[in-house]
Amino acid sequence: MVEKIKTEVQQLLISGKIKGFLGLREQHGQVGPYLFTDAQDLEGMVIGDRLKPGDSRYPLNKQLMRIARCYPDEVFGVMVRGCDERGLRTLFGSNQLNPEKVVSVGIACPQELADACECLKPFPDEFVAGEPAEARSFQTVAKLDAMEIEDRFKVWLAEFSRCIKCYGCRNICPMCYCKDCTLESRDFLAIGSLPAENPIFHLTRAIHMAGRCIDCGLCNEVCPADIPLRTLYKKIADIVEEEFHYRPGYGEAGTRPSFKILGEDLQH
Amino acid sequence: MEYRTVLTTCTYCGCGCGLYLEVMDGHVVNTIPCKTSPVNEGKLCVKGWNVHEFVHSPKRLTQPLLRKNGELTPVSWDEALDFTVKRLREIREAHGSDCLAFLASAKVTNEENYLIQKFARAAVGTNNIDHCARL
Repeated sequence: MVEKIKTEVQQLLISGKIKGFLGLREQHGQVGPYLFTDAQDLEGMVIGDRLKPGDSRYPLNKQLMRIARCYPDEVFGVMVRGCDERGLRTLFGSNQLNPEKVVSVGIACPQELADACECLKPFPDEFVAGEPAEARSFQTVAKLDAMEIEDRFKVWLAEFSRCIKCYGCRNICPMCYCKDCTLESRDFLAIGSLPAENPIFHLTRAIHMAGRCIDCGLCNEVCPADIPLRTLYKKIADIVEEEFHYRPGYGEAGTRPSFKILGEDLQH
Repeated sequence: MEYRTVLTTCTYCGCGCGLYLEVMDGHVVNTIPCKTSPVNEGKLCVKGWNVHEFVHSPKRLTQPLLRKNGELTPVSWDEALDFTVKRLREIREAHGSDCLAFLASAKVTNEENYLIQKFARAAVGTNNIDHCARL
């Protein structure tokens, strides 16, 4: 599968269409993000399926934003899965990346990963490698929804109580790009003290994921306390779709939601 | 243009979490936990997440300082080490070996920690050894 990506990237680099390709490289026994700039040196490129599908995914769009801010005139390629493509579209829509400066090289996720992610679309619109897997619905959300509201609240309070306030969920998130973060604002939260205010810390972040989370699941994977954040944000995405008929990253590239400010529709 | 990710180990404690430092044009700008590291499996604590911040800090010590007439004054390594040896000897001769203590570190290698305890016990003659991770 990676050979097809390599061929595509090689052509993009040789033709001069892109200045560099942000992908993954296995070096020194570990897999991490890497900016390939030499068409003759694509040794070690991987797609992030080391021991099992998707076990070494990184928020490449976040790294791309960092590079693009320093070099706004250059065009960069980036490896995208279905979730990454949704991320790119949403970032284009909020002016965090310029669609004319990004060339995506897509891969479709295998069924095993789509199942584990409960992914609604485990492939980008265009991909050079992989076979499209079937979509899966949010069983984790349905399971919690089946509970009485008091019990559900107790479950979440117990999950949040394990938080060590590492800010990893915020730091890894490819959709978190604000210069001033509410989670570091003394007006909203007790900064620099433990434990994290329960449930305010996590509900604050959850609200900020509304209209933004593209369900990549990196927050869930990065959490040292195994808090099922992905399930929480999946639920938020369901609510946003129900209320505003918008799910981040679906529809035409760069499209914005039909509302300007979340909540505006509710006022009328 | 230069953008690199450098695989390294967190310096904050003895766990040894694997991480990548993002380097943009010669400056360390961010930390990313290494997903495949068997130690931390793509996770970090709040300190590890911010480990890049001290690298370019202007507050870092770059040379030995010795307090002379109440003022911290830059000196050579030779002068600093000679002074330290002289004072340690004076204290040991006046008050005995157990008036000295050694603080080892979680941020150095096993071998370096072995050396400091060996130095404390065999060269100085005290079992007063502790470490920085008792925070």
